[in-house]
Amino acid sequence: MELNIEFSQEIFENKRRQAEDFRPLATEIRRDIIKSLVLAKSGHSGGPLGIADVMAVLYFGAYMKYNPKNPKWEERDRFVLSAGHLCPVLYSVLARAGYFPIDELKTLRKYGSRLQGHPGIDMNLPGLEVSTGSLGQGISIAVGMAMSDKLVDKNNRKVFCLTGDGELQEGSCWEAAMAAANFKLDNLCWIVDNNDCQIDGRVRDVMSIYPLDKKFEAFNFDVINIDAHNYNEIIAALDKFIDNHKNKINKPTAIIAKSFMGKGVSFMEDDYNWHGIPPNPEQALKALEELSNT
Amino acid sequence: MKQTNEFKLLGKKPTRHGFGEGLVVLGERYDNVIVLGGDITGSVMTSFFRDRFPERFFSIGVAEQNATTIAVGFALSGKIAFFSSYSAFAAFRNADQLRVSVCYNEANVKIGGGHSGITVGPDGATHQSLEEIAYLRTLPKMTLIVPCDYSQAKKATIAIGEMHGPAYIRFGRSAVPMFTTEDTEFEIGKADIYREGSDIAIIACGIMVWEALIAAEELNKRKGIKARVINCHTIKPIDIITIIDSAKLCGAIVTAEEHQIHGGLGAAVAEVVVKNYPVPIEFVGVRDSFGSSGEPEELMVKFGLTWKEIYASALRAIQRKEMGETQIRKVTDVDFFNE
Repeated sequence: MELNIEFSQEIFENKRRQAEDFRPLATEIRRDIIKSLVLAKSGHSGGPLGIADVMAVLYFGAYMKYNPKNPKWEERDRFVLSAGHLCPVLYSVLARAGYFPIDELKTLRKYGSRLQGHPGIDMNLPGLEVSTGSLGQGISIAVGMAMSDKLVDKNNRKVFCLTGDGELQEGSCWEAAMAAANFKLDNLCWIVDNNDCQIDGRVRDVMSIYPLDKKFEAFNFDVINIDAHNYNEIIAALDKFIDNHKNKINKPTAIIAKSFMGKGVSFMEDDYNWHGIPPNPEQALKALEELSNT
Repeated sequence: MKQTNEFKLLGKKPTRHGFGEGLVVLGERYDNVIVLGGDITGSVMTSFFRDRFPERFFSIGVAEQNATTIAVGFALSGKIAFFSSYSAFAAFRNADQLRVSVCYNEANVKIGGGHSGITVGPDGATHQSLEEIAYLRTLPKMTLIVPCDYSQAKKATIAIGEMHGPAYIRFGRSAVPMFTTEDTEFEIGKADIYREGSDIAIIACGIMVWEALIAAEELNKRKGIKARVINCHTIKPIDIITIIDSAKLCGAIVTAEEHQIHGGLGAAVAEVVVKNYPVPIEFVGVRDSFGSSGEPEELMVKFGLTWKEIYASALRAIQRKEMGETQIRKVTDVDFFNE
């Protein structure tokens, strides 16, 4: 079956929005994810779809300072995708922010593409801060960035980092947590995509990481539990982090975003089998149809 | 061209002193140098920097994976980020972090691998890293330096701070011969000929350079054999030109390193020689075994890391050179498996 995939060319502004105004943005991001993955014929569907709402609010709700016309702007806030395999959602968001042509999403995972299977800064993709893909490392890099900003340069920049939940089985994540609290990094916002799914099954069955909020609290984080698909809760959590940073609470912030893998596509929702596979053309058509009705 | 007798024993000092002092020089020259500690700051001498620039030193605790990746975060924020621990942990506990976060990002991260090799001494096998050259030299973008003495360690530390990109400097714990001075040339990637000769080329790194100089002197005194001694301090990128030139000039090579013979300097030299100008090579190093507790000098004897092994290997290599191609094959096989 041949698919004629075209991408809308809409650029999203980074501004304060009402909760429900994020929905069409997230839907377009989800459509991008489906389209780029069906063309790539490999890659991760479930995770990117599940965290699309959070990413839409983060990048297009005026929480991050950035300038697509000047990707290396020295005052920009930075985002680290520690869960590198979720990159289809990041690529969509960066394209929609205006960092690179939206049609470049068609090249995901292809030879020579700037959209590598896991993010690689050697390809010079504008807006991409760091190469990630080996789980557990991005969060330590984010800690290093936040330390550099707060303790050496003493500026007002913020660092956001997204990890998965299965990723937290990597012990070095907790080394990072220890350091983030030790250095009182109130400029660091750690978002956990808590869909309770990993390749082998439910996180709670493969190797439980729970209770997650109590763990972060014990590490001396300000912990916020949210429904990752409720825009009001996402907004409130990010507002809280902004306040924490402004008020210099001397604690890092952890947002535990309870999400559903594959959210927005009925036959993918909450099914860990969609962790690491793309839709086939039939599935992609069905998914895009569902996503046009949202 | 430098001659033998230019190098005299000037005393003994640990290479880690050179690293510690080099960091302070860098700290003075550049505001953006930061150093991360791994709980053994006194051992690896990052304490010099910590005491001088406390606002640019950060203690990460016993967490090499985290320290290595935090260093990447600093590097991606415009800093020259150093982290130092023992090589046993600074090249292996964080091996994945070095590959993906440091090298794939081509981050400006510098690792000081201390207490390397057998000369750690009494601490024993767990702390005697003898494998990291093999790993580190396979990493794209990595620069790997094994300085021969205190003074060179200092120069190399400053040099890796002043280049862009990932680098690793390997140094040791115990006091070892000092024989280079502030005036001795050092350039990353350029092997230095410390003694000229055309019968055999001895290519060494680290503390084995001094042993190579002694071996060359003994070869001359006892046998009239003229050895070229090369300090191949940069393992990566390796100085292909000097190695090929030495293979052509001498027709036989001995390599010497305080490291497993598998995958180390000898292997790096062999890769160059086999491809470009095949000549017999003999390898001096640790032969597929772990270390052991003991005094450094005692261990160097036990593990075959003295001038005597270099001397014997030189004679063997010259013999192979003289026997010619067919004989070489036979001898090589037997030689290797019997030892």
